Amino acid sequence: MDSAIRIRDLRKVYNSAPPAGAGRGDSSARKKRNKEPKPQIKALDGIDLDVAPGQIFGLLGPNGAGKSTTVGILTTRIRPTAGTAWVGGHDVWLDQTAAKRQFGVVAQRPNLDFSLTAREILLFHGAYFGLNSHHRNERAKALLDRFKLTDRADQLVRGFSGGMMQRVSIARAMMHDPQVLFLDEPSVGLDPQTRLLLWEIIREYNREGRTILLTTHNMEEADALCQHLAIIDHGHIIASGTPRELKSSIPGGFLLRLRFGHTSAPLLERLATLAGVTEVRASGDSGADLYACRGGSLIPEIVTTAAALGVELSDVHISEPSLETLFLHHTGRSLRE
Amino acid sequence: MNGKAFLALLARDARVARRNLVPLLFQTFLQPLLFVFVFGRVMVGSGYMPEAYKSLLLPGIMAISMVFTGIWAVAMPLIGEFQFTHEIEDRLLAPIAISWVAVEKVVAGLIQALVAGLVVIPLAWIILRPGLELHLSSPILFICITLLVAGFSACGGLALGCSVDQQHIGLMFSMVLTPMIFFGCTYYPWSALSKFPIVQKLVLINPLAYASEGLRATLVPQFPHLSLPLILVALTAFDILLLVVGLRQFHKKAIS
Repeated sequence: MDSAIRIRDLRKVYNSAPPAGAGRGDSSARKKRNKEPKPQIKALDGIDLDVAPGQIFGLLGPNGAGKSTTVGILTTRIRPTAGTAWVGGHDVWLDQTAAKRQFGVVAQRPNLDFSLTAREILLFHGAYFGLNSHHRNERAKALLDRFKLTDRADQLVRGFSGGMMQRVSIARAMMHDPQVLFLDEPSVGLDPQTRLLLWEIIREYNREGRTILLTTHNMEEADALCQHLAIIDHGHIIASGTPRELKSSIPGGFLLRLRFGHTSAPLLERLATLAGVTEVRASGDSGADLYACRGGSLIPEIVTTAAALGVELSDVHISEPSLETLFLHHTGRSLRE
Repeated sequence: MNGKAFLALLARDARVARRNLVPLLFQTFLQPLLFVFVFGRVMVGSGYMPEAYKSLLLPGIMAISMVFTGIWAVAMPLIGEFQFTHEIEDRLLAPIAISWVAVEKVVAGLIQALVAGLVVIPLAWIILRPGLELHLSSPILFICITLLVAGFSACGGLALGCSVDQQHIGLMFSMVLTPMIFFGCTYYPWSALSKFPIVQKLVLINPLAYASEGLRATLVPQFPHLSLPLILVALTAFDILLLVVGLRQFHKKAIS
């Protein structure tokens, strides 16, 4: 079956600061107002991606990883430096108008038409996509109802709260019933109740056979909602698969983050020989990350091993198999950092 | 081009204009009204200006009104929508090439500029009568000139709106629009600059000079004015130039 979204060797280098919402990219360089050559910021460094039709696909990564740039290119708003991307079989750069018919977009920052009411926003969006007047009105009514916006439908969105604006944005993206829905960090700033409503609506839309690509830096969201995930960092995809596959790919499954008075090579070597330990990595001067197939039951042995070398265990944190652990395993950094 | 989407974009702008009708009317008509009153009525009535000045002034006021409205109507929303509210994004994602989104803005601005220009005539007629002598010799030529003037105003608005940062709006008015108005042969005919030959040559880079002179040539041909072929060629050239520059700037803004 053809992919709903296909990306081949996609690269993006910004010659100036990337647009707001598209992260910082893989550089700390900043544009300065002088004659120095413009800093080049590599936001995407050769990405390949296939999203099957009818999938909820998550792009998980920290801020500045390249998630928004990927969505920006897929939605024709960012020009790729190299590589190609297709949505619904249409090249998003060469065949923009046809591609735009295939998708709806919820941007990371609010971009509602402040001069219009919530209902007008939906109606005009429908009109841009050629929906006839009857169809437009019916669909707008249904969406306003579904998103619990009916009682404010005829007010200007200018005065809406952040959560309400987000709901209008999502309703608008669904207005022309696109095959593919892009959601860039959809639940940032939403209260837990609205977040659950959003998840429910995403799942419902997906059940109608629609493809959804969402970006998030929230592991819980990725885990709960996505059927397939790609983990992105510094413009590279570092892992992809179902959440279950990804979690089971972590060596051992459990991660024990240990702190000692100090660590030494002999200590790390001995820790690696403990039963059930699959990998040991030094973490700073006094820490070690230990991947193992068991968690708490290892502690007494770790304490004994350390004590034999005259080292005291000062802190320990046990993580069960999670996407956070996976991210840490691949990058050595926490997703939250 | 997707005609349905284009019309829907125009309908959106019409809805917004209707919603903001009262401020829009003030913004469009207050300034020409004051100009006509002070220069045409007060100055002439008190004898500081000859009676004929009324007729000489009218095309200039009309040109200012059109250019100001056209630029304002396109530039101001674009500056805000690109940099602050991002409101334009939904329209950029409509299934239509983004150049047409820019052209739609120009068409909407052109219509507003035409209305602003045409309303000045009855307005001036009410305030300045008697003594106003208009001789509309060729309606077709008049329509051509007003369309070209409205066109370069709206295209200029596109070019400015996609080039000026939000924090430089004030500068845009003091550095671009004010000199344009005062060196635009609006309050005086081009021939009045004959004692300042350098200035007289320099103002020819100002499209507003051709607008004022063009309207003068078609509405009050009894006064000296630039030759019509020159006016038509210059206005057409400014329309094309500003549209091309505007579209290029629009693309730069719309796509990173």
